[in-house]
Amino acid sequence: MSLLGGHGRNGGRSDPLRDPIRFIDERTSAAPLARKGLRYIFPDHWSFLLGEVALYAFIVLVVTGIYLALFYDDSTAKVVYHGSYAPLDGQTMSAAYRSVVNISLSYQAGLLMRQTHHWAADVFVASIVVHLMRVFFTGAFRRPRELTWLVGLGLLTIALLEGYLGYSLVDDLLSGMGLAIGYGVGLSIPIIGGPAMLAIFGAPFPGNSLFFSRMYIMHVLLLPMAIATMIGIHLALIAARHHTQFKEGKRTTERRIVGAPMFPAQVPRSVGLMFFTAGILFLLGGLVQINPIWQWGPFEPWIGTNGAQPDWYLGWLIGALRLMPSFDVVVGHFTLIPNPFWGGVAFPGVVFTLLGAWPWLERRFTGDARVHNIADRPRDAPNRTAFGVALLSWVFMIFLFGAADRILVLWSLGYNTQLNMFRVAIWVVPAALFFIVRRWCRSLRAADKVEEDREQAEKEAAAHAAKVHATVERARRLSDPQLK
Amino acid sequence: MSALQWLLALIVVAFERLTRRRSRQGENGGGKQGGGSDGGESGRIVPAGTPQRSAENFVLAFLAVATMFAAGFIAVYTVFGAHLMPNELLGICMGGALLCIGGALTVVAKRLVVTEEIEDDYPEPHPKEQEEVLQIVHESGSRITRKRLLLGAGGVTGTALGLAALTTVASLGPIWDTGPLDYTPWRRGRRLVDEAGHPLLAADISHETFYTAFPEGADPEQIGSPLVVVRLDPWLLRLPPGRANWAPDGIVAYSKICTHAGCAVALYRKPLEPLLEPSPALVCPCHYSTFDPYNGAKVIFGPAGRPLPQLPLMIDAAGGLRAAGNYSGRVGPAWWNVRESPT
Amino acid sequence: MSARRSRFRFVAKFLLAWWTVATFSFVVVGLAQAQPQSGIVRPTTEPSTPTLELGSELFAGNCASCHGIAGQGISKPRPGAGDIAGAGPSLRGVGAAAPDFYLRTGFMPLSNITDQPYHSRVLLSNKEIKSLVKYVASLGSGPAIPNPHWKAGNTSQGQQQFALHCAGCHQIEARGGFVTGARVPPLQGVSAVQIKYIMASADHPWNRGGWGIGNIGPIPEGLVAWWIAIPLLLLACLAVSRRRRA
Repeated sequence: MSLLGGHGRNGGRSDPLRDPIRFIDERTSAAPLARKGLRYIFPDHWSFLLGEVALYAFIVLVVTGIYLALFYDDSTAKVVYHGSYAPLDGQTMSAAYRSVVNISLSYQAGLLMRQTHHWAADVFVASIVVHLMRVFFTGAFRRPRELTWLVGLGLLTIALLEGYLGYSLVDDLLSGMGLAIGYGVGLSIPIIGGPAMLAIFGAPFPGNSLFFSRMYIMHVLLLPMAIATMIGIHLALIAARHHTQFKEGKRTTERRIVGAPMFPAQVPRSVGLMFFTAGILFLLGGLVQINPIWQWGPFEPWIGTNGAQPDWYLGWLIGALRLMPSFDVVVGHFTLIPNPFWGGVAFPGVVFTLLGAWPWLERRFTGDARVHNIADRPRDAPNRTAFGVALLSWVFMIFLFGAADRILVLWSLGYNTQLNMFRVAIWVVPAALFFIVRRWCRSLRAADKVEEDREQAEKEAAAHAAKVHATVERARRLSDPQLK
Repeated sequence: MSALQWLLALIVVAFERLTRRRSRQGENGGGKQGGGSDGGESGRIVPAGTPQRSAENFVLAFLAVATMFAAGFIAVYTVFGAHLMPNELLGICMGGALLCIGGALTVVAKRLVVTEEIEDDYPEPHPKEQEEVLQIVHESGSRITRKRLLLGAGGVTGTALGLAALTTVASLGPIWDTGPLDYTPWRRGRRLVDEAGHPLLAADISHETFYTAFPEGADPEQIGSPLVVVRLDPWLLRLPPGRANWAPDGIVAYSKICTHAGCAVALYRKPLEPLLEPSPALVCPCHYSTFDPYNGAKVIFGPAGRPLPQLPLMIDAAGGLRAAGNYSGRVGPAWWNVRESPT
Repeated sequence: MSARRSRFRFVAKFLLAWWTVATFSFVVVGLAQAQPQSGIVRPTTEPSTPTLELGSELFAGNCASCHGIAGQGISKPRPGAGDIAGAGPSLRGVGAAAPDFYLRTGFMPLSNITDQPYHSRVLLSNKEIKSLVKYVASLGSGPAIPNPHWKAGNTSQGQQQFALHCAGCHQIEARGGFVTGARVPPLQGVSAVQIKYIMASADHPWNRGGWGIGNIGPIPEGLVAWWIAIPLLLLACLAVSRRRRA
């Protein structure tokens, strides 16, 4: 049976697909939707696939997460470990930590699933950030897609929290220190920080016996449901307004979209990308160790390790916390704003507020409130591109300070020196990059214009030459006695 | 990093180059329907294309390799126990299977189905329906005489109901009574013990290192419990006023919980060569808040906003260390009431 | 059309070059950890067994410029042999334990007094180390080289003790780290004589799950996610899509 050729439109009267399609459409009225949806137009450019990579990483997270949830014990009750890992044998630890050590060392596929899950989390957030950069630098957040942009930012925020909760559920030394810091940052919220943290933790740090159950239910039920719902809204909004597209010849306009249909062109590509994503994540899960929690040991509030770091997507916060000079804002003998507030709450707050407000800020600055369906190339909006690069570099410089102390010390830069350098660099570098990138965009556009003008001139010259040639030919023929 | 991933990357790039060249031929052979909308004049919706048996063979090959990888996964899983499981092999089998399926689908996409270009209009706004929605809402409310009042009342009730639902949050923890945040188990006479529960003797405290101590009989996990104890030269001490007898024999004790964000102050920077190295300090590994143990754990570097609370010590008749009172301040990261006295 | 294609090629080459350069520089910086060492001054003929005399000759040539002719210490840096402005603590009464530790880890000799001692390649032979230890121990009575029966120790208790007392400076995986104003050496490859607990190292049988990327936690993990996973995924996107030019 061939779908190509055959008689008429369909493969013939005895097509085995006919009955199931009729069955489903009679009961769901899905055929019109399928007819439209199968031929939904998808833009061709590869950069439109980055959001899909994030989606597929999420699917891997859910699948591997289900496996892990079947073996995880969310209890903080103290138990004694007696297992195959000698350095922990006989030690007292929480049941939660023991269950994760067992997942890693006592079940055949446990370590693969756990490591794939953790790699998928790191890659999930990374791919959201790459996708965000594509959307930002091509202006795809503009009217009428502002809601999609906001939902996406919400997804990023929830993903950060979800990852933090996920690796904190293990109750190992590294993540326990991270929980202590989260507690300290929460306490630093002015006035309400104390009651808020008491509500969440149930008691002062390390919290009461229910705290891990609360984290667990957030991580496996409430936040994944929120993410899944918001992904659904995100995709529905995209489909309702259709994708943006790059300007590609005369046919693509603000009113006309050109691309490949969902079926049969895009579906195998997208599903293929899903398998590529899952394959890369499982390869990493098998070949590269991540978060070897049996080596960190169980968490207790009175021990700490050098070089403790959060997962990369929270590294920007540790840099900010370290950069702050030593002060609390005190009013009388009330501590209004404790120190961690600036790095842990204000800094991410500023970044997310700026990003969230950007569609309207840009409208304010440019005065452009029109509908845009054509995506910009980054150079077509020099101010936006320069601002985006400056904001990214500001966050990145702060992140670098938090992460690079080990590397920088190899160049004989002591920590104190690094601190002083970075306190200046985090302002100077973004400012410099703003002007440099803006200049570069403008010069690229000028070069484009020169190129365009040149091509235009060549075309006109060729047309003129053709005209001249035609005239000469005609004259020759007219004057040729033989042709008369 | 592994050679395998490099190999993989090379394969993908090489494959992409190959298929790009062939897909251009494929597109031409596949009946590119440039400019047409969906459902052309010929009666076909999806344009025809020429068969490509070699591509079908490629797909079969990919699927065969993927099947082998999947079988390999089952084999490795069955053969090895958890103790000796070569995680890398498991990952290669599963990852390889998935990547090969991805490869097969890519061949399908580029060579076995037609990739055509079609056009459509972007959706336009619907002013007529917008007006009708507005009209429906307004006409529905035409019987109501006091719209504002009713809406306002509805808003008040909704808020009240929402607040009622939120009140249940109050049971999550002791949010009205923040007393537990300030509580510490230290009282005058409480013995200092080590992590195994043995009393700490003053004679055991050496100059060279730091010690972690807990209150005897109390929960060591409370942040008010752990102490960092060091012995210093008594003539070099510069403790804040009122603490003159808090350090018997030069032994000082501070809360081990950093006043910045709550990590354990687990570093003792004790210089081996005092002339060339910085002065001794208690350092927190998280954000490098540095405290001077000679000077009441004052912050000398880093972001912490207040010094570590000091616990007054005394040496009892048996030579053991005991607390001579509660801390000099509240323990742990700062919050609204942290600058009051500890309870 | 061709101008755009060549622009894509340019961008792709640029990205590839940037990625390669950045990866390469990480490797180079890593290699830079192996700092160049100053040479050892040794007598032209050495006895076949460790002797006090050999020890005193080696001391005079390599240690006295910082620790003093008779090991009494130099408190203020002053210029000495080989352009080294030396200063260092007294070695009298340190016994055999300290010089054995410092010499076998490569902490000493230290070429620059403002450097912190760090693990380096040991340039002295075993015989030379034993001679030096004999000599320094003879400067005053002090502790002998410890001889722990580490096989009788309990690994789990050791792990707990390490976590409580050592991990704050040396990191839970003994990978070393940072204090404000100082660096902390890693403890991989140290012998049982130097510490009584052999911490997990790269050869530890339980370092499983694949390439350990340094055992220092989320920073190399984040680097792998961004430098390896994301580029591979970008390649995958390029592989499945039609259009590569904008």
